[in-house]
Amino acid sequence: MTVINDAPLIPAHRSALAQLTRIEFRLFLRERVGPIWGIGLPVLLLVIFGAIPAFKKVQPGYQGMTILDAYVPILITMSLALLALIAMPSALVSYRERGVLRRLKTTPAGPVRVLSAQLIVNASVTVVTLVVLLVLSRLAYGVPLPRQFGGWIVAAVFAMAALLAMGLLVAAVGPTARAAAAIGAILFYPLMFFSGLWLPIPSMPVVLQHISHASPLGAAWEAFASADLGHWPPALSLVTMAAWAVVFGAAAARFFRWE
Amino acid sequence: MAFRAMCALGRNGDADGMAAIIEVRNLRKAYGDTVAVDDVSFTVQEGEIFGILGPNGAGKTTTVECVEGLRTPDRGEISVLGLDPRRDRAELTQHLGVQLQDSQMPDRLKVAEALDLYSSFYRAPADWRAVLEVLGLADKAGTRFKKLSGGQKQRLSIALALVGNPRVAVLDELTTGLDPQARRDTWELIERVRDRGVTIVLVSHFMEEAERLCDRVALIDSGRVVVVDTPAALAERVETEQRIQFRPSVPLDDAVLTSLPEVTHVLHRGEVVVVTGNSNALNAVVSVLARNQIVAEQLRVEQASLEDAFLALTGNHHKPEAERF
Repeated sequence: MTVINDAPLIPAHRSALAQLTRIEFRLFLRERVGPIWGIGLPVLLLVIFGAIPAFKKVQPGYQGMTILDAYVPILITMSLALLALIAMPSALVSYRERGVLRRLKTTPAGPVRVLSAQLIVNASVTVVTLVVLLVLSRLAYGVPLPRQFGGWIVAAVFAMAALLAMGLLVAAVGPTARAAAAIGAILFYPLMFFSGLWLPIPSMPVVLQHISHASPLGAAWEAFASADLGHWPPALSLVTMAAWAVVFGAAAARFFRWE
Repeated sequence: MAFRAMCALGRNGDADGMAAIIEVRNLRKAYGDTVAVDDVSFTVQEGEIFGILGPNGAGKTTTVECVEGLRTPDRGEISVLGLDPRRDRAELTQHLGVQLQDSQMPDRLKVAEALDLYSSFYRAPADWRAVLEVLGLADKAGTRFKKLSGGQKQRLSIALALVGNPRVAVLDELTTGLDPQARRDTWELIERVRDRGVTIVLVSHFMEEAERLCDRVALIDSGRVVVVDTPAALAERVETEQRIQFRPSVPLDDAVLTSLPEVTHVLHRGEVVVVTGNSNALNAVVSVLARNQIVAEQLRVEQASLEDAFLALTGNHHKPEAERF
């Protein structure tokens, strides 16, 4: 290693990204939107659905799943959507609105790092929520753990990529934090509909099932449900999610403004 | 004011003999059809407080944004600490502290967290606890941004510009929106920062601030530098009349004053006499009163200020922002 001779490098120099991530995590908790909606609501719904006796009966057409079994991946997509579409964009847009990103531009850290920190925080919180949902549904309500666990993780990664890319696009086009939260909420409802929150996909009419498979969260549900039943997620569901991730990601990169 | 100006001259003496820390040459920047900065050149010497003054929309902020590397000039050359603000951004940000106009922090971020975070960005940061101390924010370390007063937010913003231990600090609209006390405290603070060896570029449309703080100012109007000089020299350039106000101890015949060649005009405002005249009028009035054994009570003299200079030099086509307490 060569030593740069003009500036004394402090050996214990802390990584700006690590510090930003630490701070963003604290702000995420203090902001309360993420913890309450992204973690609290899906867990609460799991508890409510788990208390409905009819949800524990195997449902015809569900390939041996109970309604509750079908709902666990729906709640997982819900947590993903709330964190990626509402919590993250409103934080990023408020940073732009308040000139935080611009100010970071004048420091050696630069604004890209705060974006990375937000992605890391939301992805980590999502992972924790998924684990909580899986463990709670298994222990409290006897929902079997995914039988194809590797496939389930792949499904989670693709779903997260699609949703976070979508969240970045919301952050790119939302003029104010309020507007971004509103755009996120407007996207949230149809996405959750096609993920089966109100009517699980197997119970939908065929036309709606097709639309669901093409939607980011419908494809995510399909991938999770297959893994739950012991199959590898269908290639089409992964390709669908990857396509959404690329489209939204490219659009976000095209439209994102730092100031 | 004269006293301070002399101090400034004494300290800066021969500006040419000192090292230029910022050099801007023939800077031009347009946004579409709007030319924000037409042709701006100036140099900032190490250790001085350099003011960039001008009416709103004159191109002040665009100029410093080019210096900070936030914008790419259409034409012209900029060198800051020998670095090119665009090409050497990564290195420049290590040495240049920036306080932007209207820049906020997240509401729920605490003061200490903000400073700790920003100090982690730099290779050789200042001790942020010491910076807090200097800025009088030590007792606010655990306070969230939202709970700070306007003055405290402003001081935090300055602290963040200084926490990287910069050699140059660019402060844009430093005291806009502050109450008079907070404004005065901030001025004192800036002088202390300069005394620690930091070169300061101050963007302002507030004349009193520039008169109080700046060693030299560049007056910018419509994207061009009108003049660069010390505030006192600028005020002296403007040949304006003196206005003398006083309350005579005994009633006074106007003829005593109007007969003086230095006096152009006399009027009465109740018991107060207002005399207008040239720059020697004060001497003439005071001695003629003394000869007539009249005491001038509550004597006040108004002289040309930087604000008058500003109006004269920008051709009177716009007034400086009325920023009154």
